Amino acid sequence: MVDFDVVSLPETDHVAEGDTAPDFTRPLVNGEYWEDRALDDVVDGPTLLLFHPMDGTFQGTYLYNTVDDHGWSDDLDVLGVSISTPYAHKRLLAERGDGVRIFSDPGAAVVEEYGLAHEIDGMTGITESRPAVFLLDSDRTVEYAWVASEHPEFPDAEAIGDAVADLVD
Amino acid sequence: MSDPQITLYRLQACPFCERVVRTLNELGLEYRSRYVEPMHSERNVVKRVSGARSVPAIVDRETGVTMSESANIVEYLKGTYGEGGA
Repeated sequence: MVDFDVVSLPETDHVAEGDTAPDFTRPLVNGEYWEDRALDDVVDGPTLLLFHPMDGTFQGTYLYNTVDDHGWSDDLDVLGVSISTPYAHKRLLAERGDGVRIFSDPGAAVVEEYGLAHEIDGMTGITESRPAVFLLDSDRTVEYAWVASEHPEFPDAEAIGDAVADLVD
Repeated sequence: MSDPQITLYRLQACPFCERVVRTLNELGLEYRSRYVEPMHSERNVVKRVSGARSVPAIVDRETGVTMSESANIVEYLKGTYGEGGA
Protein backbone atom coordinates (compact mmCIF):
# COMPACT_ATOMS: atom_id res chain seq x y z
CA MET A 1 0.00 0.00 0.00
CA VAL A 2 1.30 3.40 -0.99
CA ASP A 3 1.87 5.79 1.84
CA PHE A 4 -0.25 8.73 0.71
CA ASP A 5 -0.23 11.89 2.77
CA VAL A 6 -3.48 13.80 2.72
CA VAL A 7 -3.31 17.23 4.32
CA SER A 8 -6.26 18.50 6.36
CA LEU A 9 -7.35 22.00 5.39
CA PRO A 10 -8.29 24.53 8.06
CA GLU A 11 -11.93 25.00 9.04
CA THR A 12 -13.67 27.51 6.82
CA ASP A 13 -16.92 29.44 7.09
CA HIS A 14 -18.12 28.52 3.61
CA VAL A 15 -21.49 28.86 1.89
CA ALA A 16 -23.62 25.99 3.19
CA GLU A 17 -26.91 24.19 2.64
CA GLY A 18 -29.87 26.50 3.26
CA ASP A 19 -27.89 29.65 2.42
CA THR A 20 -28.61 31.79 -0.61
CA ALA A 21 -25.61 31.52 -2.90
CA PRO A 22 -24.04 35.02 -2.98
CA ASP A 23 -24.60 36.86 -6.24
CA PHE A 24 -21.60 38.00 -8.27
CA THR A 25 -20.75 39.23 -11.76
CA ARG A 26 -17.80 37.81 -13.68
CA PRO A 27 -16.99 36.96 -17.31
CA LEU A 28 -18.89 33.77 -18.14
CA VAL A 29 -17.25 31.66 -20.83
CA ASN A 30 -18.98 29.28 -23.22
CA GLY A 31 -17.56 27.43 -26.21
CA GLU A 32 -17.71 30.56 -28.35
CA TYR A 33 -17.36 33.79 -26.39
CA TRP A 34 -17.46 35.36 -22.96
CA GLU A 35 -19.41 38.23 -21.47
CA ASP A 36 -20.06 39.67 -18.02
CA ARG A 37 -22.95 37.82 -16.40
CA ALA A 38 -24.47 37.95 -12.93
CA LEU A 39 -25.09 34.61 -11.23
CA ASP A 40 -28.58 35.81 -10.34
CA ASP A 41 -29.26 36.49 -14.00
CA VAL A 42 -27.92 33.11 -15.17
CA VAL A 43 -29.67 30.89 -12.60
CA ASP A 44 -33.22 30.26 -13.80
CA GLY A 45 -33.68 26.67 -12.67
CA PRO A 46 -31.75 23.90 -10.91
CA THR A 47 -28.07 24.71 -11.27
CA LEU A 48 -24.88 22.90 -10.36
CA LEU A 49 -22.21 25.45 -9.36
CA LEU A 50 -18.74 23.88 -9.31
CA PHE A 51 -15.65 25.60 -7.94
CA HIS A 52 -12.38 23.97 -8.92
CA PRO A 53 -8.63 24.61 -8.89
CA MET A 54 -7.01 26.25 -11.92
CA ASP A 55 -7.72 24.89 -15.38
CA GLY A 56 -5.00 22.36 -16.11
CA THR A 57 -4.94 20.81 -12.63
CA PHE A 58 -5.88 17.14 -12.57
CA GLN A 59 -8.66 18.02 -10.13
CA GLY A 60 -10.29 20.26 -12.75
CA THR A 61 -9.83 17.68 -15.47
CA TYR A 62 -11.36 14.86 -13.38
CA LEU A 63 -14.24 17.11 -12.37
CA TYR A 64 -15.30 17.82 -15.97
CA ASN A 65 -14.75 14.20 -16.96
CA THR A 66 -17.16 13.31 -14.14
CA VAL A 67 -19.69 15.90 -15.33
CA ASP A 68 -19.48 14.47 -18.85
CA ASP A 69 -19.62 10.83 -17.71
CA HIS A 70 -22.83 11.48 -15.77
CA GLY A 71 -24.37 13.74 -18.40
CA TRP A 72 -25.34 16.27 -15.75
CA SER A 73 -25.49 19.17 -18.20
CA ASP A 74 -28.39 17.35 -19.90
CA ASP A 75 -30.36 17.47 -16.63
CA LEU A 76 -29.61 20.96 -15.33
CA ASP A 77 -27.39 24.01 -15.89
CA VAL A 78 -23.78 23.33 -14.95
CA LEU A 79 -21.61 26.36 -14.15
CA GLY A 80 -17.93 26.19 -13.21
CA VAL A 81 -15.80 28.79 -11.42
CA SER A 82 -12.02 28.97 -11.33
CA ILE A 83 -9.32 31.61 -11.13
CA SER A 84 -8.18 30.84 -14.68
CA THR A 85 -8.60 33.33 -17.50
CA PRO A 86 -11.38 33.22 -20.10
CA TYR A 87 -8.81 32.06 -22.67
CA ALA A 88 -7.92 29.06 -20.49
CA HIS A 89 -11.62 28.26 -19.94
CA LYS A 90 -12.18 28.24 -23.69
CA ARG A 91 -9.35 25.74 -24.18
CA LEU A 92 -10.77 23.57 -21.38
CA LEU A 93 -14.27 23.63 -22.89
CA ALA A 94 -12.90 22.60 -26.29
CA GLU A 95 -11.79 19.31 -24.68
CA ARG A 96 -14.46 18.52 -22.09
CA GLY A 97 -17.38 19.93 -20.13
CA ASP A 98 -19.97 19.61 -22.90
CA GLY A 99 -22.69 22.23 -22.34
CA VAL A 100 -20.90 23.74 -19.35
CA ARG A 101 -20.16 27.46 -18.89
CA ILE A 102 -17.36 28.68 -16.61
CA PHE A 103 -16.95 31.94 -14.68
CA SER A 104 -13.49 33.49 -14.60
CA ASP A 105 -12.41 34.87 -11.19
CA PRO A 106 -8.65 35.60 -11.43
CA GLY A 107 -8.71 37.94 -8.41
CA ALA A 108 -10.39 35.18 -6.36
CA ALA A 109 -12.84 37.62 -4.73
CA VAL A 110 -15.75 35.28 -5.50
CA VAL A 111 -13.73 32.32 -4.23
CA GLU A 112 -13.09 34.24 -1.01
CA GLU A 113 -16.71 35.32 -0.63
CA TYR A 114 -17.78 31.66 -0.84
CA GLY A 115 -15.22 30.76 1.86
CA LEU A 116 -13.12 28.57 -0.43
CA ALA A 117 -9.76 30.34 -0.56
CA HIS A 118 -6.74 28.05 -0.48
CA GLU A 119 -3.14 29.28 -0.41
CA ILE A 120 -0.99 26.86 -2.39
CA ASP A 121 2.55 26.37 -1.08
CA GLY A 122 5.14 27.51 -3.61
CA MET A 123 2.78 29.66 -5.72
CA THR A 124 3.19 33.04 -4.07
CA GLY A 125 0.52 35.59 -4.85
CA ILE A 126 -2.04 33.09 -6.14
CA THR A 127 -5.23 32.48 -4.19
CA GLU A 128 -6.67 29.15 -5.30
CA SER A 129 -10.14 27.70 -4.81
CA ARG A 130 -10.81 24.53 -2.88
CA PRO A 131 -12.89 22.08 -4.88
CA ALA A 132 -16.55 22.72 -3.96
CA VAL A 133 -19.98 21.75 -5.23
CA PHE A 134 -23.19 23.72 -4.70
CA LEU A 135 -26.52 22.55 -6.03
CA LEU A 136 -28.85 25.56 -6.34
CA ASP A 137 -32.54 25.79 -6.95
CA SER A 138 -33.98 28.54 -9.15
CA ASP A 139 -33.82 31.22 -6.40
CA ARG A 140 -30.17 30.38 -5.58
CA THR A 141 -30.98 28.50 -2.39
CA VAL A 142 -28.24 25.96 -1.72
CA GLU A 143 -29.87 22.51 -1.65
CA TYR A 144 -26.63 20.55 -1.45
CA ALA A 145 -23.12 21.71 -0.58
CA TRP A 146 -19.78 19.96 -0.45
CA VAL A 147 -16.47 21.70 0.20
CA ALA A 148 -13.11 19.95 0.30
CA SER A 149 -11.71 19.65 3.81
CA GLU A 150 -8.57 17.79 2.75
CA HIS A 151 -5.98 18.36 0.04
CA PRO A 152 -6.41 16.75 -2.36
CA GLU A 153 -10.02 15.63 -2.08
CA PHE A 154 -12.58 14.85 -4.75
CA PRO A 155 -16.34 15.35 -4.66
CA ASP A 156 -18.50 12.25 -4.32
CA ALA A 157 -20.13 11.84 -7.73
CA GLU A 158 -22.77 9.47 -6.35
CA ALA A 159 -23.88 11.99 -3.69
CA ILE A 160 -24.04 14.76 -6.29
CA GLY A 161 -26.00 12.53 -8.66
CA ASP A 162 -28.51 11.71 -5.90
CA ALA A 163 -28.91 15.38 -4.97
CA VAL A 164 -29.40 16.33 -8.62
CA ALA A 165 -32.00 13.58 -9.06
CA ASP A 166 -33.87 14.76 -5.95
CA LEU A 167 -33.99 18.36 -7.17
CA VAL A 168 -34.66 17.79 -10.85
CA ASP A 169 -37.33 15.06 -10.60
CA MET B 1 -30.71 42.84 -15.22
CA SER B 2 -32.19 44.08 -18.48
CA ASP B 3 -30.43 43.25 -21.71
CA PRO B 4 -28.81 46.23 -23.42
CA GLN B 5 -30.12 46.79 -26.94
CA ILE B 6 -26.69 46.55 -28.58
CA THR B 7 -24.40 43.54 -28.48
CA LEU B 8 -20.79 44.20 -29.48
CA TYR B 9 -18.63 41.29 -30.59
CA ARG B 10 -15.08 42.33 -29.87
CA LEU B 11 -11.52 41.20 -29.47
CA GLN B 12 -9.44 42.27 -26.52
CA ALA B 13 -7.13 45.19 -27.43
CA CYS B 14 -8.43 45.49 -31.00
CA PRO B 15 -8.16 49.21 -31.95
CA PHE B 16 -11.12 49.03 -34.33
CA CYS B 17 -13.26 47.61 -31.53
CA GLU B 18 -12.12 50.37 -29.17
CA ARG B 19 -13.14 52.91 -31.80
CA VAL B 20 -16.68 51.52 -31.77
CA VAL B 21 -16.68 51.53 -27.96
CA ARG B 22 -15.69 55.21 -27.95
CA THR B 23 -18.61 56.02 -30.23
CA LEU B 24 -21.04 53.98 -28.12
CA ASN B 25 -19.87 55.86 -25.03
CA GLU B 26 -20.05 59.26 -26.75
CA LEU B 27 -23.64 58.54 -27.71
CA GLY B 28 -24.48 57.18 -24.25
CA LEU B 29 -25.66 53.85 -25.66
CA GLU B 30 -25.94 50.75 -23.48
CA TYR B 31 -24.15 47.74 -24.89
CA ARG B 32 -23.09 44.25 -23.93
CA SER B 33 -19.56 43.10 -24.78
CA ARG B 34 -19.01 39.58 -26.07
CA TYR B 35 -15.34 38.74 -26.33
CA VAL B 36 -14.12 36.25 -28.93
CA GLU B 37 -10.74 34.70 -29.67
CA PRO B 38 -7.91 36.21 -31.74
CA MET B 39 -7.91 33.11 -33.99
CA HIS B 40 -10.16 33.84 -36.94
CA SER B 41 -11.20 30.20 -37.23
CA GLU B 42 -12.50 30.33 -33.63
CA ARG B 43 -15.10 32.97 -34.33
CA ASN B 44 -18.03 30.94 -35.60
CA VAL B 45 -20.47 32.84 -33.41
CA VAL B 46 -19.57 36.10 -35.19
CA LYS B 47 -19.94 34.43 -38.57
CA ARG B 48 -23.37 33.14 -37.53
CA VAL B 49 -24.70 36.52 -36.48
CA SER B 50 -23.03 38.78 -39.05
CA GLY B 51 -22.08 36.54 -41.96
CA ALA B 52 -18.36 37.28 -41.51
CA ARG B 53 -15.76 36.41 -38.89
CA SER B 54 -14.41 39.95 -38.59
CA VAL B 55 -14.72 42.06 -35.46
CA PRO B 56 -15.98 44.46 -34.38
CA ALA B 57 -19.52 43.45 -35.20
CA ILE B 58 -22.69 44.76 -33.61
CA VAL B 59 -26.25 43.54 -33.29
CA ASP B 60 -28.81 46.26 -32.56
CA ARG B 61 -32.00 44.62 -31.35
CA GLU B 62 -33.89 47.91 -31.47
CA THR B 63 -33.44 48.39 -35.20
CA GLY B 64 -32.73 44.79 -36.24
CA VAL B 65 -29.42 45.91 -37.75
CA THR B 66 -26.36 43.63 -37.76
CA MET B 67 -23.14 45.13 -39.04
CA SER B 68 -19.36 44.63 -39.35
CA GLU B 69 -16.44 47.00 -40.11
CA SER B 70 -15.77 49.78 -37.60
CA ALA B 71 -16.15 52.66 -40.07
CA ASN B 72 -19.58 51.39 -41.11
CA ILE B 73 -20.61 50.83 -37.51
CA VAL B 74 -19.50 54.29 -36.38
CA GLU B 75 -21.34 55.88 -39.29
CA TYR B 76 -24.46 53.85 -38.53
CA LEU B 77 -24.39 54.69 -34.82
CA LYS B 78 -23.87 58.40 -35.39
CA GLY B 79 -26.49 58.50 -38.13
CA THR B 80 -29.06 56.63 -36.02
CA TYR B 81 -28.40 57.91 -32.52
CA GLY B 82 -26.31 61.07 -32.94
CA GLU B 83 -27.49 64.66 -33.19
CA GLY B 84 -29.30 65.17 -36.43
CA GLY B 85 -29.72 61.40 -36.75
CA ALA B 86 -33.03 59.64 -37.23
